[in-house]
Amino acid sequence: MWEYTEKVKELYKNPKNVGEIPDADVVVEVGSIVCGDALTLYLKLDGDKIVDAKFKTFGCGSAIASSSALTEMIKGKTIEEAAKITNKDIVEFLGGLPDQKMHCSVMGQEALEKAIKKIKGHAVEDEHEDEGAIVCQCFGVSENLIRRVINENNLTTVEEVTNYTKAGGACGSCIPKIEDIIKEELAKGATQKVISAKKPMSNLKRMQLVEETIQNVIRPVLMRDGGDIELIDIDGKKVYVALRGHCAHCVISDVTMKNLVQEKLREFVENDIEVIEVK
Amino acid sequence: MQNKIIYLDNNATTMVAPEVVEAMMPFFMERYGNPSSMHDFGGNVAHDVEYARHQVAMMLGADHDYEIVFTSGATESDNMAILGTLQYYRDKKHIVTTKVEHPAVLNLCRQLEREGYLVTYVPVDREGNLDLDFLFDSVTNDTAIVSVMYANNETGVIFPVEKIGAFCKKRGIPFHIDAVQAIGKIPVNVNAIQCDLLAISGHKFHAPKGIGVLYVRRGTRMRPLLYGGHQEKARRPGTHNVPGIIGIGKASELVMQHLANAEEVNRVKRLRDKLEHGLLTQCSNAHLNGAKNNRVDNTTNVGFEFIEGEAILLYLNEKGIAASSGSACSSGSLEPSHVLRAMGVPFTSAHGSIRFSLSRYTTEDEIDYTLKIMPEVVERLLEISPYWDAKTKKGKPITELAR
Repeated sequence: MWEYTEKVKELYKNPKNVGEIPDADVVVEVGSIVCGDALTLYLKLDGDKIVDAKFKTFGCGSAIASSSALTEMIKGKTIEEAAKITNKDIVEFLGGLPDQKMHCSVMGQEALEKAIKKIKGHAVEDEHEDEGAIVCQCFGVSENLIRRVINENNLTTVEEVTNYTKAGGACGSCIPKIEDIIKEELAKGATQKVISAKKPMSNLKRMQLVEETIQNVIRPVLMRDGGDIELIDIDGKKVYVALRGHCAHCVISDVTMKNLVQEKLREFVENDIEVIEVK
Repeated sequence: MQNKIIYLDNNATTMVAPEVVEAMMPFFMERYGNPSSMHDFGGNVAHDVEYARHQVAMMLGADHDYEIVFTSGATESDNMAILGTLQYYRDKKHIVTTKVEHPAVLNLCRQLEREGYLVTYVPVDREGNLDLDFLFDSVTNDTAIVSVMYANNETGVIFPVEKIGAFCKKRGIPFHIDAVQAIGKIPVNVNAIQCDLLAISGHKFHAPKGIGVLYVRRGTRMRPLLYGGHQEKARRPGTHNVPGIIGIGKASELVMQHLANAEEVNRVKRLRDKLEHGLLTQCSNAHLNGAKNNRVDNTTNVGFEFIEGEAILLYLNEKGIAASSGSACSSGSLEPSHVLRAMGVPFTSAHGSIRFSLSRYTTEDEIDYTLKIMPEVVERLLEISPYWDAKTKKGKPITELAR
């Protein structure tokens, strides 16, 4: 027996927005009966606003609940707003999903993404090219989907990837390939996430990014040379740091600062960050 | 009625019979002695253990009580039978089993393959019947053991174990039967089937969980899995699970009574047939999985097209009905059951297959209630399904099936 949240139970018992929209502007299908779950999503638009959303789902309790959640979340939103919804948001809406059921939320996101692509006028033929090579033949899971899910949910193991996408869950022959993808994504992981979150930034977001960048990008480099760095304070775009270990007494510490810390913070956070060393 | 659970999942586990509980009770607080002790307080308990052994031996038609070895359950019995035999015949590296075994045998065989054994998995046909010629042809001089289930847990289909037993005896190859799903449903006689080893589990026939038996025919060559005390003639050391043993003994006696009562046996079959007929006629696009005329009397497995098994179970659960599913989602394995796949059940209904398994405690009211609820559940889920056309009341063409 799965440990479903009350919200999931409520939504599979009484799903909202079940059905078809006869004059829908967009209809997309994801999944297949062979794989054990499938979702057809119907959207009605008024300008760039989603005024109605309905679904039909073949699948387990959490697939039905995820579909219901998706339609509730996107109704009344603009295309741009809806485009920001990820599987994580669906999981949050449901108050959580069992690990092995995460793929149900990904199916919802997939349907939404496909629908938005269609709205924006991408030809159907393009879609397959966009999706990249199929990694898991059993469930038809593309490389791009796996990479995206890894990044958006900070996945680090094959088991997690299987829970989120089903890839590798049947014959298992694609597991080495999934391992390779995870390694590649982890290697560039920190970098990508930071870049994608650029532009107008709240103080809180800036602080988070500064901390992340120091932790994941700068410290590893310094520590390789026996040094270390401590974040003292952040005031607007001024970042106060102290160098520790070998770096602290290094005569070229100033150069280290300018070359590394500031350069990296400007690259990953904002291009007008100023770094000040506290002795 | 809705307040009480309607339990139609007796192939998963069963209620402990009241007579069994009653028989076990004294062995918790009054007669808790260790049967291996020298004093009478323990020693007298040994008599009860031996009586229970006799009860099990009677049920299985065994020649000698000492052919009954008590274990913790059928998983241990299956592992002990196969590993114990391989340990003895160390130069033989081939195992014959079927594609539709319980994981206790199947996953053990997969592990043995990793360790260098060659395993032949005998296929079944669309109705779940074993390909007997395939089995006969696969046996070689290198075959250490043939391990086959008596009746399948998901479909109830019975395998021709007598024919396999006669064949193995002629070839001099040890023959093990996983009889877990046959006990209590059909008469099981170890001499009629000429097996060397046979595994059963108490909790599948109204004894408690945690007690099982491995029947080991006199003269069968094998080595123990565990090493320790002298219990069970050192074949299975460890202090006896006395209450469990008393329980499985009593449950065996009750099985004999039940099977001797033709009226009762027919009652269960009639209820199963009523349920099955009702489901197949009252629910849209329902199909029977498994051979209709070659099954144990308590089991029916029905595939409902275009809807998914876990969702069906959750909806039934809301109505107080407990059943089980061979669907991928309910097991977390992502693929439908290996049994349904081995049978070639199409994906349109494999994901929506539900097993109902009755017991001698199932009542007609419970079956009638289930027949009232189930068509509603199916209709409700078809409404949600993208593969169902509500207007034409038909499934939509599914192109993906071409894959």
